[in-house]
Amino acid sequence: MKKAFSKVYLLLVFLFLYVPIVIMMALSFNASKSRAVWAGFSTKWYEELWRSASIMDAVKNTFTIALISSAAATVLGVLACIGIMAMSRRGKTVTMAVNNIPLLNADIVTGLSLMLTYVFFGISLGYGTIVFAHITFNVPYVILSVMPRLKNSSRSTYEAAMDLGASPVRAFFAVVMPEIMPGIVSGFLLSFSMSIDDFIITYFTKGAGVNTISTMIYTQVRRGIVPSMYALSTILFVLVMVLLLITNFAPAAKSRDDSKKGK
Amino acid sequence: MSDHLIDLVDISKSFDGQLVLDEMNLYIRENEFVTLLGPSGCGKTTTLRIIGGFETPDTGKVLFNGADITGLPAYKRQLNTVFQRYALFPHLTIAENIAFGLKIKKKSRDYIRDKIKYSLKLVNLEGYEDRMPDSLSGGQQQRIAIARAIVNEPKVLLLDEPLGALDLKLRQEMQYELIRLKNEIGITFIYVTHDQEEALTMSDTIVVMNQGYIQQIGTPEAIYNEPENAFVADFIGDSNILDGIMIQDRLVEILGTRMACVDAGFGLNKPVDVVIRPEDVELTGPGEGAMDGVVTSVIFKGVHYEMEVEANGFEWLVQSTHMHEVGAHVGLRVEPDNIQIMNKPESEDEKAVELDV
Ligand SMILES: Nc1ncnc2c1ncn2[C@@H]1O[C@H](COP(=O)(O)OP(=O)(O)OP(=O)(O)O)[C@@H](O)[C@H]1O
Ligand SMILES: [Mg+2]
Repeated sequence: MKKAFSKVYLLLVFLFLYVPIVIMMALSFNASKSRAVWAGFSTKWYEELWRSASIMDAVKNTFTIALISSAAATVLGVLACIGIMAMSRRGKTVTMAVNNIPLLNADIVTGLSLMLTYVFFGISLGYGTIVFAHITFNVPYVILSVMPRLKNSSRSTYEAAMDLGASPVRAFFAVVMPEIMPGIVSGFLLSFSMSIDDFIITYFTKGAGVNTISTMIYTQVRRGIVPSMYALSTILFVLVMVLLLITNFAPAAKSRDDSKKGK
Repeated sequence: MSDHLIDLVDISKSFDGQLVLDEMNLYIRENEFVTLLGPSGCGKTTTLRIIGGFETPDTGKVLFNGADITGLPAYKRQLNTVFQRYALFPHLTIAENIAFGLKIKKKSRDYIRDKIKYSLKLVNLEGYEDRMPDSLSGGQQQRIAIARAIVNEPKVLLLDEPLGALDLKLRQEMQYELIRLKNEIGITFIYVTHDQEEALTMSDTIVVMNQGYIQQIGTPEAIYNEPENAFVADFIGDSNILDGIMIQDRLVEILGTRMACVDAGFGLNKPVDVVIRPEDVELTGPGEGAMDGVVTSVIFKGVHYEMEVEANGFEWLVQSTHMHEVGAHVGLRVEPDNIQIMNKPESEDEKAVELDV
């Protein structure tokens, strides 16, 4: 009885969470423009997306911004971790706490303050300002996923590399980097999906005429109901979903591999 | 001075306000097998890390062939280390591990391949090239760590308790292997251990340390037979350490009994520490020795029996090939030249050292 109840409860939770998305996905394949009538399966809204130059631009922007910002954030984040490791215990604690603030900060505050900063320094809003904004909010995620790895990586192999004649930089790339690679990869993937996912910060820091998938959907939907936006939303959802799956399972699969090799 | 390869001059080092090494002075000659010996936490690893360049001393200098290398980073020093915990690179194969240093020195492929083969042969692990480190046993990993260090042909090899994690049999095998290696490739070894037997077997010179101080430097024979203070005597092998009074030259009073000895120059009626090794105590019939006692315990140790004998209020440790039953009345006799007389510690520091024993 109790068991049955908990199963039903779980089902309800999942229904609440996913029914809206399933409805949207279904409508994106609806041949009719109506939200109430199912007129048969069609991919015409997807084809429409393909034909629209402005939408394809938004898709391209989303990907390039995500790629550039997460790559840059990964490099900066890893460097920051190395710096933090060299700090005193107290410095470490303080820095990690400061690192967590942007994560907890409301997106709208981050977005607004970034926009004000750009305006204050007379930087005109556009593609570049979005990239910088995304780097800013991605760095903490990279630090958060690399730091535990770096803490656990053994200092002795790093010293052994230097003992054998490797400069500190070379020792880092030859010995420490492979050890913290899973953290770097998951930090990168996390940043990438955060960047693709983001609407609010992008909305505040983008200039006129530059759009990402999410801001595109927002502006289009405001003008009226366009089923092609359901299609675009579906694509966005699937994309982020896939990325999250990779982020969660890739490092796990990697360490399983490692332990297998050990036997 | 000229044959010194490494000189440590007035080295001091503290961590978080705690003094770990106190004005240490030590020199190491070319081709010498020097062992740093002492209890856990006495600063052996710290000394080795200062020589290796992983730690900077607070004061003092490290000289290599007379040149000051105190500020030289580890990767520029002509020495290699075998770390306390192997520190093999887990993501590289055995061959890649061994080749690591040679690749950095941009040696040719053929040279590297030959060196890998040669070094694996040296440590008796031929054919292990393509294995991963964590598929090897502790002893095998240890030997790879040694191979990885010696292919670089360092002037000095630093070894930090390389055999600490191995079982007794493997440890003894590796001891012989290390001595063979040292004779074969002829490099200077600085070896850290807290196992006194290992130190006695392998070293040319032993440096006994305690709480950041050097207690004695000498050959294994000198350290064993003529310990300079009670700490060394106690740490190296089992001994009977007694309070004594030097009545005059060549006569000492222990436990109320006057015994002849060979030491002189302590003055009259001077309190001293007396060390007598358990194998130097001879058991005789009652009344035939210097004092009488009763056997309180007997343990068979393979080659000899180890007995405890209560005499004049002191538990004597005695080793002998002849067994005496528990409860047997015996006499104790010690040859004069087997009685080792030492000054009582005078300074505060040395007293602190003694309390820690
Ligand atoms: N990085 C460090 N930070 C703080 N204290 C340290 C550090 N390294 C060593 N110590 C302290 O210095 C003292 C000597 O340490 P060291 O590692 O040299 O001892 P050891 O003789 O090698 O001991 P063992 O036989 O246990 O390896 C210890 O009390 C240790 O706690
Ligand atoms: Mg140590």
